[in-house]
Amino acid sequence: MGVLEVKDLTMDFGGLRAVDHVSLEVTEGEIVALIGPNGAGKTTFFNCVTGVYNTMQGTVTINPPGREAEEIQRQPPHIITQKGLARTFQNIKLFQSMTVLENVMIGRHTRMKAGIAGAVFRGKKTRAEEQKLLHDCYEILKKIGLEKWVNEQAKNLPYGEQRRLEIARALATEPFLLLLDEPAAGMNPQETQDLVELILKLREEESISVLLIEHDMSLVMSLSEKIYVMDYGKGIASGVPKDVKKDPIVIKAYLGEDIDA
Amino acid sequence: MIKDRLLKSLYVSLWLTVLTFPVMVIRVNTIEDTVTWRWGNLLLILIGSYVFSLIWNYALERQERGKKVKTNKLSIKIKEIKATVSQSRPMKISGLAAVLAAVFLFPFLTSFYQMSIMNTALMYVMLGLGLNITIGLGGILNLGYIAFFMVGSYSYALLNQAIGLNFWIALPIGGLVALIFGIIVAVPVLRLRGDYLAIVTLAFGEIMRIVVENWSSLTGGPSGIRSIPRPAIPGVDLNLIDTAKLVYFIMIVLAAFTILITLRLKDSRIGRALIAMREDEIACQSMGINITKVKVIAFALGAVFAGVAGVVFAANTTFINPASFTLWESVLVLCIVVLGGMGSIPGVIFAALVLKLMPEYLRAFSEYRMLVFGAVLVIMMVFKPGGLIPEKRKHYNFTNKDAADFEEEDV
Repeated sequence: MGVLEVKDLTMDFGGLRAVDHVSLEVTEGEIVALIGPNGAGKTTFFNCVTGVYNTMQGTVTINPPGREAEEIQRQPPHIITQKGLARTFQNIKLFQSMTVLENVMIGRHTRMKAGIAGAVFRGKKTRAEEQKLLHDCYEILKKIGLEKWVNEQAKNLPYGEQRRLEIARALATEPFLLLLDEPAAGMNPQETQDLVELILKLREEESISVLLIEHDMSLVMSLSEKIYVMDYGKGIASGVPKDVKKDPIVIKAYLGEDIDA
Repeated sequence: MIKDRLLKSLYVSLWLTVLTFPVMVIRVNTIEDTVTWRWGNLLLILIGSYVFSLIWNYALERQERGKKVKTNKLSIKIKEIKATVSQSRPMKISGLAAVLAAVFLFPFLTSFYQMSIMNTALMYVMLGLGLNITIGLGGILNLGYIAFFMVGSYSYALLNQAIGLNFWIALPIGGLVALIFGIIVAVPVLRLRGDYLAIVTLAFGEIMRIVVENWSSLTGGPSGIRSIPRPAIPGVDLNLIDTAKLVYFIMIVLAAFTILITLRLKDSRIGRALIAMREDEIACQSMGINITKVKVIAFALGAVFAGVAGVVFAANTTFINPASFTLWESVLVLCIVVLGGMGSIPGVIFAALVLKLMPEYLRAFSEYRMLVFGAVLVIMMVFKPGGLIPEKRKHYNFTNKDAADFEEEDV
């Protein structure tokens, strides 16, 4: 059984069925891509899995390594994050006026304990926790390659670095599954290449599984071990990259149908 | 370029002259059926608006060009001095000592009048700092903040009437009651954001005031509650001036307490969560932060400080009625936070002092108070949207390659 198993997930907006009985599975250590034309419902799917939307039908089951499997659909986003699913956003959602380091520190929020009393009295425990936090977050920044920006405000970072910071922030929540929503959007080829290396490195070193939405086909083909294709809210194909690439249904969804045929 | 600018300003001033013509130039005397033409005013408006428009446009252009790095000798020198002062420890300590001495000596060197307006100003410092937690850190626009101030005042006044509650015991109780009210308001507010949230808090503030105004049997209605005891030290006889001094020091201690808590909160786990919520609610939730909890904290914690300040307010004036807690007061506190800089502690203190003291010292111009106030806010929002002293985030210095040893640095 995979670390993430989605069965028959369905989401309606009024009369529009944005996601229609989509099923998907990610096994441990796997990099899975979710592709499809614009408006296919990929981001809605992400939002349902991470709890931003209330899923209408279907189940989302997680099976974290070393823990028991449980269903997480219709739970609030912060609970889902606590359970080990972390995500990034298609349109970058950083905490703009906070520093890079602080952005990462926010990610650690759920793994810490200090409350208001801790903040006001700053006891030994709180200070130790804070020290460890700083240390850990700096390590994460080093891993992602953002350590030279530590005290810079997030909004002042170049675009590609902002995307990397989103990943760093997601990593700080200590996830077993990373959901990346178009991580390479707006990146130049060099930055995309760096991103591929980063994702592979994370999988190796942190044993994190990855589910990503992406339009950059070269990235998808070189990175993913399994691809799911969505169109008009439905899952239309799945399989290994080289099969999906040749699948006539997928080609039709992307390029349209030949009139003569 | 220059010609364009001059022409543009000319159009603006002509348009304004035409617009204000009926009000500023024509004066009709309906009794004698005569019309007076005040052409002098026309000229004044024409020239005045022309000059103003020129300055305004020039300032806007400068703003758009962005800040130039200052290169003349004087500004470099000033920068150097600033750097040395902020880096050397003895300089910092002596600066702090000077401020403390000034704060301590103030009531002994000034008149009763000065002291009493300073007392009111200090209450607004505390209110500003409290609202700073809700708006500046949490990003929750609370337009009914003064209601918590009222809750604090009335809880002291009523409890004192009923069971003769002592001022010193009332201080924490006022805060506690405000906290409870803060949580009560926070619950319906949780589902809302942005404008809707602002409207609900606005309604809350007004409802609270109207309830107090009409519940005559309990609160005395519009005529309020009289002869509330002033703060006193048991066994010591204090005259009016001594009491004012006592209130001054109580307010200083309370304000310092508020500053301390805000400072510690800002760079703590909870404080960062508050700021993250201000920046982006969805991302904040997706990072595992329980936004419901954080919102209640932002609301209730802000309310506590207003409640405590309210107790001192009631004791200081000895008389309270609902007219002291109108929407205008809420707006004033909001302006303090916005003008000072959201989330910035020195900014809020400075703005509170300016906004509360200026009207007192400029009584001669009290008719134009609102006009000046509005103009200042507009100018601020255009040219310095971050506030007078914008918030600065804490910087951390990682000295070694190994992150295990690092220094914290406050900037």
